[in-house]
Amino acid sequence: MNIRYFAWVRERVGVEEETIEVPGGVNTVADLISHLKTLDENHAAAFEEDDAIRIALDQMHVETDASLGNAREIAFFPPMTGG
Amino acid sequence: MQVKPLVRVQAEDFDAGEESRRLTEGRKDVGALVTFTGLCRDEAGTLSALELEHYPGMAEAELGRIAAEAIGRWPLTGLTVIHRFGRIAPGENIVLVVTASKHRRAAFEAADFLMDFLKTRAPFWKKEHRVSGDAGTWVDAKSGDDKDAARWTADPISSR
Repeated sequence: MNIRYFAWVRERVGVEEETIEVPGGVNTVADLISHLKTLDENHAAAFEEDDAIRIALDQMHVETDASLGNAREIAFFPPMTGG
Repeated sequence: MQVKPLVRVQAEDFDAGEESRRLTEGRKDVGALVTFTGLCRDEAGTLSALELEHYPGMAEAELGRIAAEAIGRWPLTGLTVIHRFGRIAPGENIVLVVTASKHRRAAFEAADFLMDFLKTRAPFWKKEHRVSGDAGTWVDAKSGDDKDAARWTADPISSR
């Protein structure tokens, strides 16, 4: 699965995007976040404030209880500040 | 026939006059045109630039979804949304919304709605760069923006 990061989430993880194999048992966005936190210190720091992170699955906003299903891309970012 | 909104996400500047003309030129059915331009402030001389990051693809798609929602809610004759990305200096344009309708209320309300949802739903982030040369800091989302957006969903008649 392709993962993209934006703004301070990207800066904390240290990469703009990465591709990971989703392990068995990881079914929802929340499961994936828990898994990413175990990867290394950077990921752990990026996801430290869970509440402050917004998620898009195949470029649509979703909540953490959303199922990953067959989505190809997931993105993590702070609340939007455009306009 | 339903209007097709013009949505653009670009690094280049835009011309609000030209975009307004695009929605009125050669037409006799437009009675109201509202344009909103968001500009970069210098924050009392402390800000050297804003760095606008966006999610390519999703930014256009989300602006398109918000524009389609506005077209479904108000009888518009035309709608344009342009949002810039990249480095933007104080005094420069960031965002443009133009709404056209037969009557003013629809044009005003649709523009207000678009900006409220654009600020809370469109994937753009601002980083402030200071004149002092301090490391740039990401702008925090404002809870007031969420409240503004909620006006359009919670009991729309009585709360306005």
